[in-house]
Amino acid sequence: MHSVEIRDLDLSFGAIEVLKGLNLNIEDGEFLVLLGSSGCGKSTLLNCIAGLLEVTDGQIFIKDRNVTWEEPSDRGIGMVFQSYALYPQMTVEGNLSFGLKNARMSKDEIAKRVGRAAEILQIKPLLKRKPAALSGGQRQRVAIGRALVRDADVFLFDEPLSNLDAKLRADLRVEIKRLHQQLKNTIIYVTHDQVEALTLADRIAVMKGGQIQQLASPTEIYNRPGNRYVADFVGSPAMNFVEGLLIEDRFEARDQVLSIRDYPFAKQPGGLATMGIRPEHVATGAAAEALSFNTDVPVEVIEPMGSDTLAWTRLADEPFRVRLDGQTSIRPGDRLKIGIDLSKASFFDAETEVRL
Amino acid sequence: MVDLTSSPYAEGPRGPKPRRSFSRANIFLYGTLIVVSVYYLLPLYVMVVTSLKGMPEIRAGNIFSPPLEITFQPWVKAWAQACTGINCDGLSRGFWNSVKILIPSIVLSIAVASVNGYALARWKFKGSEVFFTILIVGAFIPYQTMLYPLVIILREIGLMGDLSGLVLVHTIFGMPILTLLFRNYFASIPEDLHKAARVDGAGFWSIYFRIMLPMSLPIFVVAIILQVTGIWNDFLFGVIYTKPETYPMTVQLNNIVNSVQGVKEYNVNMAATLLTGLVPLVIYFVSGKLFVRGIAAGAVKG
Repeated sequence: MHSVEIRDLDLSFGAIEVLKGLNLNIEDGEFLVLLGSSGCGKSTLLNCIAGLLEVTDGQIFIKDRNVTWEEPSDRGIGMVFQSYALYPQMTVEGNLSFGLKNARMSKDEIAKRVGRAAEILQIKPLLKRKPAALSGGQRQRVAIGRALVRDADVFLFDEPLSNLDAKLRADLRVEIKRLHQQLKNTIIYVTHDQVEALTLADRIAVMKGGQIQQLASPTEIYNRPGNRYVADFVGSPAMNFVEGLLIEDRFEARDQVLSIRDYPFAKQPGGLATMGIRPEHVATGAAAEALSFNTDVPVEVIEPMGSDTLAWTRLADEPFRVRLDGQTSIRPGDRLKIGIDLSKASFFDAETEVRL
Repeated sequence: MVDLTSSPYAEGPRGPKPRRSFSRANIFLYGTLIVVSVYYLLPLYVMVVTSLKGMPEIRAGNIFSPPLEITFQPWVKAWAQACTGINCDGLSRGFWNSVKILIPSIVLSIAVASVNGYALARWKFKGSEVFFTILIVGAFIPYQTMLYPLVIILREIGLMGDLSGLVLVHTIFGMPILTLLFRNYFASIPEDLHKAARVDGAGFWSIYFRIMLPMSLPIFVVAIILQVTGIWNDFLFGVIYTKPETYPMTVQLNNIVNSVQGVKEYNVNMAATLLTGLVPLVIYFVSGKLFVRGIAAGAVKG
């Protein structure tokens, strides 16, 4: 059974098409992350699922029920917003129980549910406070609690951590993951932060221009990106790209020639292509010597990041980033021995940008 | 011993920069403020002083001198005995008329305009922008062009000369500016709040009363100030759409001050004018505080 099913969804504001013929199936209990840069339609899609935006065409099913025309409150969803959207004049308790009161639930049941949510989220001592008296992390917890008390089938998170500082974001990220493991609800989570996407998701849908570019597990997205956009968007520091030509069993990029026997091509390759390799997949030193392709490159800039160091070099006349150990003592101007294991690389068609 | 005075750090400016209180800029600034204050306050002073004098003292001239003998008789007369036409019960009649006009007009216009503004800001419907534009254009049409048509309309529906007719006129004429005011305020309330309330199952009225209203005290205070001063000070509509028994205070004041027979009682006229101006004045003083508190209470940022 699909928890959420989206069929041929179109949404346009006047002449602007935001979503085009979008199809998406989300399994029961799955944690799906919609990932994309701003304006890619990910939040719009979430609002459509929530029923806050009227779709132009297509259908939305939640728990096998067609909810395309249903009100947000009747869809069996709970939603968490980036700006928390807590009702400022109500206490935390009031915020949590507002939806339940609207549903004309009995007082006992409301108290029970609020108590349970407060327990799970550890906000019991805050129940009598107003949102203004809470910290950012506490507010977001209350916002999650408001979705929790609804006992919804599907939780929708719209960039819930974007307003928090880095440390709090990391803490709450783990908490959300723990919450999902505990409750096993279906979660649709919108973010532009790839770390959040990779750490939280069962599956990631990378979006661009109102369409899903790739829908796969985080490992798949990271290791076998479906096209150049996905490869470039996911991963930090970003993937290196080298333009070149595929001829028979080799890849030629200016003065460099790589044997492509180790790369599992989907079909017989040939023509212009782009090779992508992540900075952390570039071997250096002794490990590089052992690989079939290795070369010396000049180091131009060094970015020490504590746990590791990023070296900006140049390969085939294009900027090339290499991730090194944080304790390395390399300096700009040095030469660095690098090696590339093509089984870890990705090739994309130069024109269609699709993975080869 | 280190000689601090010879150290290079001992020399030169240190700490806050000294400011002269009698600098040229200060003299100019405070001088201007004082002159302007005197300019505005002097007429008020003359009015208050004159209203506390007896007629013999006024006839002696010296309008700036304080009263030798303070008397509240002119105030009493202005409130309860001054004559307009055949009625000699003072301004009190006009005061109560004005109150009877003011309160329903404010309640009605603000109630309707706030719901209007809320709907236009948050529940956009087909043509809502056009509707809003028409409403705003209405604010720019000169009142004079609508006076006579309104007379006919009020006559046809039987409200001409009745207080409720004037209430209706005030409500309608307050609509454009108030709707604009409320629409802009509600549009500034984060949309996520509205979305969250919809997910929580709240409908149009429920969101209005339980989410929007409690956050909107400041804008209601602004609207009340606007309406109280506007309606209380209105003369044109008051003189046209009412009759002598139902004249609002401003119209009655005019009739008292401009009455031609008998001696001009300057002290009574001054007292009557001050009495008429008292209500907007009180509203400013009372709501000024409320206004600040309202803003402070509503300030919850994300």
